[in-house]
Amino acid sequence: MAILQSPAGKKTAWTLVDIFVIVYALFPVLWILSLSLKSSETLADKSFFPTDISFEHYETIFSADVSLFIRPLINSIGISVIATLIAVVFGTMAAYAIARLDFPGKRALVGVSLLIAMFPQISLISPLFEMERALGLFDTWPGLILPFVTFALPLAIYTLSAFFREIPWELEKAAKMDGATPGQAFRKVIAPLAAPGVFTTAILVFIFCWNDFLFAISLTSTENARTVPAALAFFTGASQFETPTGSLSAAAVIITIPIIVFVLFFQRRIVAGLTSGAVKG
Amino acid sequence: MTTQGPNPAETAAGSTAVAEPAEDAKRGNGKKNGKSALSEGKRAERRLAWLLCAPAVIVMVAVTAWPIIYSLWLSLQRYDLRFPDDTEFVGLDNYVAVLSSGYWWTAFGVTLAITVVSVAIELVLGMVLALVMHRALVGRGLVRTVSLIPYGIVTVVAAFSWYFAWDQVYGYFTGPDDAPLTQTIPSLLIIVLAEVWKTTPFMALLLMAGLALVPDDLLKAAAMDGANAWQRFTKVMLPVMKPAILVALLFRTLDAFRIFDNIFVLTKGQNDTSSVSMITYNNLIKGLNLGIGATMSVLIFISVAIIAFVFIKLFGTAAPGSDTEGRR
Repeated sequence: MAILQSPAGKKTAWTLVDIFVIVYALFPVLWILSLSLKSSETLADKSFFPTDISFEHYETIFSADVSLFIRPLINSIGISVIATLIAVVFGTMAAYAIARLDFPGKRALVGVSLLIAMFPQISLISPLFEMERALGLFDTWPGLILPFVTFALPLAIYTLSAFFREIPWELEKAAKMDGATPGQAFRKVIAPLAAPGVFTTAILVFIFCWNDFLFAISLTSTENARTVPAALAFFTGASQFETPTGSLSAAAVIITIPIIVFVLFFQRRIVAGLTSGAVKG
Repeated sequence: MTTQGPNPAETAAGSTAVAEPAEDAKRGNGKKNGKSALSEGKRAERRLAWLLCAPAVIVMVAVTAWPIIYSLWLSLQRYDLRFPDDTEFVGLDNYVAVLSSGYWWTAFGVTLAITVVSVAIELVLGMVLALVMHRALVGRGLVRTVSLIPYGIVTVVAAFSWYFAWDQVYGYFTGPDDAPLTQTIPSLLIIVLAEVWKTTPFMALLLMAGLALVPDDLLKAAAMDGANAWQRFTKVMLPVMKPAILVALLFRTLDAFRIFDNIFVLTKGQNDTSSVSMITYNNLIKGLNLGIGATMSVLIFISVAIIAFVFIKLFGTAAPGSDTEGRR
């Protein structure tokens, strides 16, 4: 931007900006991490960093009754993974049609998925609550997977069709000219080109499902299907009378780990996925 | 939708007889290749497209369209799960009850206030962050990486972190005597802060996509002509970015309007800090009053539709999904 400044001054300025952004982004994360590492005695000392590091809260949540944390963690992983797989498969099919084929109703489909992306989810809680109770889906895995897939689909369709539109499809024809069977052309040429987009979409969809709170808290009532974000709202300490702050923080840190891993390893892809899907539509 | 010329599939199907069999075989439907074709190929293409879209459409419609109709039906009944025998059709009584209730309007005002204030702050901060992510000379990758943490983190986790930060016993922000989360205005400010922290990076990413569309030559030319940084920003960058800004605003406004997680954790809606989603939840899941809950659901749906309509009027042809979108 500012062309006239000295290179060294610019570097320092940008470094300061970087530091500011890093502090901004990490502040709450570090605080919850710090709380989870404080021992019960120092939990209320109000210091930002723990004075002594203790893993007692982590031991608590893993040694307590499974319904406290372990079962919700399994639910979270299972439900999010299954919902992601379904949403990505369905999304890939629809996005391929949108990017590659000509058919009436294409714009309607894009419009509908846009509408659903902005849909107030709370509006569905009453009817879904009632319908799932009638169908026996209330408080089950499928009962959560269904709304997760629904609201993940627009995201999947948008991101994937943006990626698919960038794929040089002529390569497929070229491969066939060179004697490849359609199956080979797909496996050797198209699949490797499409894989990064599909993978990126899967990450975004997984983050979305992992994050959900409203459906998880409204459509479950026991540890049968309750995911971790919903379980956190009902957290208790090792005993009913102990404050759950420490163990709650430990649980919060554990479900943040996958997010941090994704962000660290796939930063570029996530940025590409979010920007291409949202703006080029 | 198509931004780069004619649809490749269309050309393949229409132009050459050579491409036809390959296309059909790839679709794997084993159909005899109609040489007479154009229409046959077209029809096959449509059928394939509909087949491919069917699962997604069926799920989306089954989980949204049908329930919203059912919601309308529920909203016209007196239906309280605690008194299931007392269920009857009451017409618009529920709407009268909700719309004449002070609780509803307080929640509505709170929701609107949170939406407007947080989206406004996010737009400014997001723009700054987008410029940083786009232009940083030092540590651009690092900045982008850490910015994704607020985006990716579970909202409830972040909300608990803020909650404990302002908690009377554990918080490093509070003295022994202050409990900001028990007072209305401080609570609302903390809710806005939590919301802004979490979603600014998302806003910034959407804006960054718009920034990438600003041609560098144009900026250099403007600089040559003596435009200062602020003029280049307002006169060159903003106009080019307008579609991206509107998309980002639309997404975030509708998202902010349905705020729930942060309020649930931070205040549970006490001291007049409930959003519309929060009181709907309370009536429904805590109060088990399906009639009133459904009525509020319908009212929220209508509010969101109105907001979306206003934005789409503003968009004009730049709306996502329209044919010209993405072109400049």
